[in-house]
Amino acid sequence: MSTETETGVEDGNTLFSDIDLSWEHRKNELFRWLLIAASLFGVVMLALLLFDVVTDFYTGLTEFNISLYEFFTQDGSQEETRAGFKGAVIASIMLMIMTAVLAFFVGVGSAIYLEEYAPDSRITRLIEANLANLAGVPSIVYGLLALAAVVNGIGIGPILIAGAVALGLLVMPIIIVSTQEALRAVPDSVRNGSYATGATKWQTIRRVVLPAAIPGIMTGTILALARAIGETAPLIMVGALFVNRTPSGPTDRFSAMPTQIYNWAAQPSEHFIHLAAVGIVVLLSFLFVMNGVAIYIRHRYETEV
Amino acid sequence: MPTQETETQQADDQLITTDIQHAESTRREQPDQTVLEARDLDVFYGEDQALRSVDIEIPEHKVTAIIGPSGCGKSTFLRCINRMNDMIDVCRVQGELTFRSKNVYDEDVDPVALRRKIGQVFQKPNPFPKSIRDNVTYGLEVQGKSATDDDVERALRGAALWDEVKDQLDSSGLDLSGGQQQRLCIARAIAPDPEVILMDEPTSGLDPVAASKIEDLIDELVEDYTVVIVTHNMQQAARISDKTAVFLTGGNLVEFDDTASVFEDPEDDRVEDYITGKFG
Amino acid sequence: MGTETPTQTGAEITGGGAAAGDNAANRRARRILFGCAAITVLTTLAIFFVLLDNAASYFFGAKFTEMTRGASFEQTVTFTEFFTGQRWAPDHARPAHGILPIVFGTLAITVGAAFVAIPIGTATAIYLSEYASPGIRSKLKPMLEILAGIPTIVYGYFAIAFINPVLLSGLAAYVLNPLGNGLLQVGSALPGTMGDSLTSIATSMIGINVGRYSLLSGILVVGIMTIPMVSSISEDAMSAVPDDLRNGAYALGATKFNVSTRIVLPASISGVFASYILAVSRAIGETMAVTLAAGFNANITTNPFDEIMTMTAYMVSMARGTSAVGTVEYQSLFAVGLVLFVMTLVMNLLNDAFKRRFQEEYQ
Repeated sequence: MSTETETGVEDGNTLFSDIDLSWEHRKNELFRWLLIAASLFGVVMLALLLFDVVTDFYTGLTEFNISLYEFFTQDGSQEETRAGFKGAVIASIMLMIMTAVLAFFVGVGSAIYLEEYAPDSRITRLIEANLANLAGVPSIVYGLLALAAVVNGIGIGPILIAGAVALGLLVMPIIIVSTQEALRAVPDSVRNGSYATGATKWQTIRRVVLPAAIPGIMTGTILALARAIGETAPLIMVGALFVNRTPSGPTDRFSAMPTQIYNWAAQPSEHFIHLAAVGIVVLLSFLFVMNGVAIYIRHRYETEV
Repeated sequence: MPTQETETQQADDQLITTDIQHAESTRREQPDQTVLEARDLDVFYGEDQALRSVDIEIPEHKVTAIIGPSGCGKSTFLRCINRMNDMIDVCRVQGELTFRSKNVYDEDVDPVALRRKIGQVFQKPNPFPKSIRDNVTYGLEVQGKSATDDDVERALRGAALWDEVKDQLDSSGLDLSGGQQQRLCIARAIAPDPEVILMDEPTSGLDPVAASKIEDLIDELVEDYTVVIVTHNMQQAARISDKTAVFLTGGNLVEFDDTASVFEDPEDDRVEDYITGKFG
Repeated sequence: MGTETPTQTGAEITGGGAAAGDNAANRRARRILFGCAAITVLTTLAIFFVLLDNAASYFFGAKFTEMTRGASFEQTVTFTEFFTGQRWAPDHARPAHGILPIVFGTLAITVGAAFVAIPIGTATAIYLSEYASPGIRSKLKPMLEILAGIPTIVYGYFAIAFINPVLLSGLAAYVLNPLGNGLLQVGSALPGTMGDSLTSIATSMIGINVGRYSLLSGILVVGIMTIPMVSSISEDAMSAVPDDLRNGAYALGATKFNVSTRIVLPASISGVFASYILAVSRAIGETMAVTLAAGFNANITTNPFDEIMTMTAYMVSMARGTSAVGTVEYQSLFAVGLVLFVMTLVMNLLNDAFKRRFQEEYQ
């Protein structure tokens, strides 16, 4: 039964000699390195960007004598040595809260309707398709909408509420999509268990589905707000520029963190450029914390289940 | 040329016996030349052992069937032969598995080259989302061979598919029926002219008519190729194979012999129980 | 319930029974939630309406809503001028209303950025999906997510504080200008037309001078920021290709290169195209990065080191001014915004079509 070495047509050493794969493997290796180089491009650019911001932040503090204390306690100013970030930070925080209030309930409500109630009808499909399209509308267009409809249409002027409307509409599709995903992740067995006890659909959603989905909804909402806090163009369209003082309330004029950074970055003065770098570090810190909270919620939820 | 083997056995299962006669009668009788051999082969997936000390010698130009209950390691054994197991990170192979006396797990063996000698047909038909022609020529092209219309026709004829698809070579392979798709996959496997064809339950997803076409095809393929087929269908193994290997739970190869002996007079009691349907 | 008589139980499970109040609450909730979902549709309609209505005042001197109330109107800007004019200066003393220069600016950035983001993003996606070990993937993917999460204003800062003054100026001063000088000497030594053409190339290389803004800077920065969109969506599409197909190819003796380029990429191509379109759509609407990178000079140029203006940068520049309701600057915002919206709408619909095709292929 076993192969005799002398009868074997090919022995081990010559077995694959008719197949020359050296070129193919070299081609594969070359391709692999090309892919690695391409993948590293994004990473290198990220590193460069962060490096540039951090070094400008550092020289801002050392060479341009930007005091972090004054930076956080003074309002913006036309004079570079007196310019601070306080008004912008407070405006951004107020903007965040108002955006959350405006977008959260409508966004979560839309998602519940689409996931739990909506029949498979043409209207539902229209809403879904429209949602995908809204997510692709440039942010500056939301600014135009708020400018024409709210700032000048209703006539409330370039105040925080107008900015919050623009940002709220902008992040609504993001909140809806992430809420839909969170609702979808709740298993049907949970719903059926509730229906079997005689609960109505709404009771089931309110008492069973929403509590189970809330960590996912919160994560999605925080990420959406993190997107909103860095948005600049809609606020510029609304008219949030050239305001230096701290807003006194939702009906006051304002300039938020990103618009203040733009204002500084667009100045020819080196001092202003470095003020912008310090502002960016503050803005990125906000994003870092918000993303951290979102990841924490997601992680805790995952480990519980 | 095929020689008629005299019937000597008296079997209680008439159906299986006739099937074996059919298979034996059409096969030419010649001394077995071992093409694949496993010696003390162990396979692990992480901590779990999938194959235990397997010894087997698979003869050339024969159909060797591998049967056994689910999870017995029969598919694992098949994937070891052409080193498709390399793709699974946690898979570890010990012992020897030789192809023409060369251990395929030697350092200097290139799995890509190995797979050009040993083709495979999968359980689920998996034609590429390309035209029928491109499906057949893909193997030739990646192997750096030029693919002519003759090659396409030869492979499709070899897979008994030519007459059904000759007028639609440029339509998608996905438009074919399940049985046709599986024959297209066989055509794809034989187009580069490998020496061994591994088949992993190739008919399990097909209706009986499509399955019997594949069985007839295997009978013809063995003229040119060595076929190793994993099947969960014992009648199929009895019908089409010359040799049968029985794996039982835990990855043990408990019986390997001529198909007729395995089905009519198994040495191992557990194999008898399995074949007569007491479990599995 | 068990002790109650059968007749009472029968009444309890009919419509007017004990659950009536709960069912009414359910119907009320459903109506309110539908109202929420309807707001998203209303948003789209409002965008369309606001843009059209205000753009009308740019062309006719009155909004549609004002016209219906009897406002007089007369076409001040012709559509011919708007779509074919080659000078864009609506706020100028001698105004010009040709949108082409800023459409050119937007398209130049978009096409250029696509040349950066598409090859690099696709290669990254193939690497992540086919080549990278789980360990590398778990490090590379978060980094790309960070790249995607950085606000556009920060990219704008990166362009104006680093790419343009350091990277591109350095390239011009230390590479292109000296190279031009060298070529000039070769060119002057060479006789005939070959020498002449070399000299003119050399002269243009010496003449490269990177200002505060440049088209190339905009291309680079928008390219970088759209890489993660291409890579993550393409990778999702590639990961959705069933392993059966990969195994089929590997079993034929294909290398990873063959499998990636000949099986996975073609099988996921509609999903990959969807990612390209999304990136292009994003580049068209991108505002802050291009404003700070490419500048405010509306001109049609082939020199990548020139300052240009995109549609979005124009809108930012007008908002920066003291444009008030009723001025041509204010009205032009909406005319440009409408063109921008329609361009991205077309892209989004295309993207939707590709996405749907991909889902049909692998549901």
